[in-house]
Amino acid sequence: MTTFLAAGTDVGNPAINIAIFVAFVAVTLFVVMRASRRNASADEFFTAGRAFTGPQNGVAISGDYLSAASFLGIAGAIAVYGYDGFLYSIGFLVAWLVALLLVAELLRNTGKFTMADVLSFRLRQRPVRLAAATNTLAVSLFYLLAQMAGAGGLVALLLNVESDWGQALVIAVVGVLMIVYVLVGGMKGTTWVQIIKAVLLIGGAGLMTLAVLFKFGLNFSDILASAQTAVSGSSNEAVAARDVLAPGAQYGASLTSKLNFISLALALVLGTAGLPHVLMRFYTVPTAKEARRSVVWAIALIGAFYLFTLALGYGAAAMVGPDRILGSPGGQNSAAPLLAFELGGVVLLAVISAVAFATILAVVAGLTITASASFAHDIYATLMKKHQVTEYEQVRVSRITAVVLGVFAIVLGILASGQNIAFLVALAFAVAAAANLPTILFSLYWRRFNTRGALWSMYGGLISTIVLIVFSPAVSGTPTSMLPNADFAWFPLSNPGIVSIPLAFALGVIGTLTSPDDEDPALAAEMEVRSLTGVGAERAVAH
Amino acid sequence: MSEPHLATQSTIPRERYVAVQSSPEFQELRSRLRRFVFPMSAAFLVWYALYVVLGAFAHDFMAIPVWGAINVGMLIGLGQFATTFLITGLYVRFANREIDPRAERIRAELEGGR
Repeated sequence: MTTFLAAGTDVGNPAINIAIFVAFVAVTLFVVMRASRRNASADEFFTAGRAFTGPQNGVAISGDYLSAASFLGIAGAIAVYGYDGFLYSIGFLVAWLVALLLVAELLRNTGKFTMADVLSFRLRQRPVRLAAATNTLAVSLFYLLAQMAGAGGLVALLLNVESDWGQALVIAVVGVLMIVYVLVGGMKGTTWVQIIKAVLLIGGAGLMTLAVLFKFGLNFSDILASAQTAVSGSSNEAVAARDVLAPGAQYGASLTSKLNFISLALALVLGTAGLPHVLMRFYTVPTAKEARRSVVWAIALIGAFYLFTLALGYGAAAMVGPDRILGSPGGQNSAAPLLAFELGGVVLLAVISAVAFATILAVVAGLTITASASFAHDIYATLMKKHQVTEYEQVRVSRITAVVLGVFAIVLGILASGQNIAFLVALAFAVAAAANLPTILFSLYWRRFNTRGALWSMYGGLISTIVLIVFSPAVSGTPTSMLPNADFAWFPLSNPGIVSIPLAFALGVIGTLTSPDDEDPALAAEMEVRSLTGVGAERAVAH
Repeated sequence: MSEPHLATQSTIPRERYVAVQSSPEFQELRSRLRRFVFPMSAAFLVWYALYVVLGAFAHDFMAIPVWGAINVGMLIGLGQFATTFLITGLYVRFANREIDPRAERIRAELEGGR
């Protein structure tokens, strides 16, 4: 049997890793079954009866939001590139202020199940709802694809499954588990999976951080200095030349790479409040005030988590060293697992590996329930059946959609295995920022905003983002592209946000001003009063 | 508007929303909220943009050592965390004091006067 991680060193034990992961699955399945005795009504299935408290939902939001890419990717980027990894992580946190100040409470007061409920409230129902549902499905699919493709790579890294069919099998297992969580648990079960995962992930990262800090006598400056010494001692000249304490190692190479980073940062900070699976979480609490408390908890936990990754990244550079990290099968993604082994041996490595894997499960379950709710509620019940369906029927359609999506995600995940997943995550944020956020903000804060503005902004944001990505170096023209042997890239940046986000805002304004102000003023009044006061907001269902 | 609409499920007649919207109490609520969240959003977005631009273009400035291995860049980065937590705290205090009681009064009036 080949050794795990660094070639030649016997690090980790796949059997223990798998055992701990199986234990996680068993515990969460048990909780999901217990939590979901009643999932017949749409309120129960889509919003967990709006019965979660703010703190519970805040923990679940952080569980939904902190993907394996955040944990392994950011800790690894800091370990290998230093400061630029930290620079990247901050956008994910600051973005929550957009959600807190501008979106969460008003959205909670106005909507029922999906993002489209809010966007189509005072505009023409059918076209706007269709556009919002299209964007919901697009963002969820890109995000889902990134997670599933990442699962293959993570498995190679954590469970020592190197063969293609082995990775495909594990992706299939992830997909099936996710389908089971969503079918059985609905929103309530999914939320509990996210809560358990968040506690494990943040708790694990916190313990590792404490261990690193104590190794260095609680002196953060010492960790940084040791990290720089270790990187400077790398046998790879390009790595050894890096100044890991200052920006520039990853994004500073050229003007294009700098602009590319600024474009990415823009998508991160504006994309979070447009992610449908994040928005849908606000419907699981009973009031706007609880939605506010959710975000406060999420900001505290997510902020703490990125501070942990800062210490873990530099700690991995100092204690494991860049050569061992880059030499292991997972490359820079293996920084955190290798650090866990360094700190706590086989058992801590197994725990961290299982947590990273559980992270993927929880995130894909959250995405699937969002996408299937949007399909059942927006497309099936509203657009196809014109509300002539029972809630039971909506839930049934949503369950079928979840299965279809799950199978779809398994197949795509297997096909996309080994692809550059960072760009898929960035794409999901870019689409959310360009296609969703302008319309969310305009419809909540700009009375004159109308249907044409919404449609131009939503479709314009979606199409421009995707077109620019297709003709970017992320897809063709370089050895690391999705299609390395083709070259049709004319757009220089892999992150289109810097163009597509301003464009979508502009389209919203132009579309609105070039069409008559013919929306129903009474409906606009109702939306504004409801959004600010919570009058008529969906209540928690009685238990 | 022949299509069924979320709003039509409400039991409060439309005209009442229009009346409430133009009431001074509601206008006060609305403008207080906007006077807080718009400038605050602009402030944190500008502060974050400044950080990102410095991170992309001002490598030497960010590398100026301050204490031990901790440099200007690290302090500004940690400063982003500090301001995010600070703005969160300020907003919660503002919303609890200024927004919730006003929203509550208007809601009680609307729902009670049915």
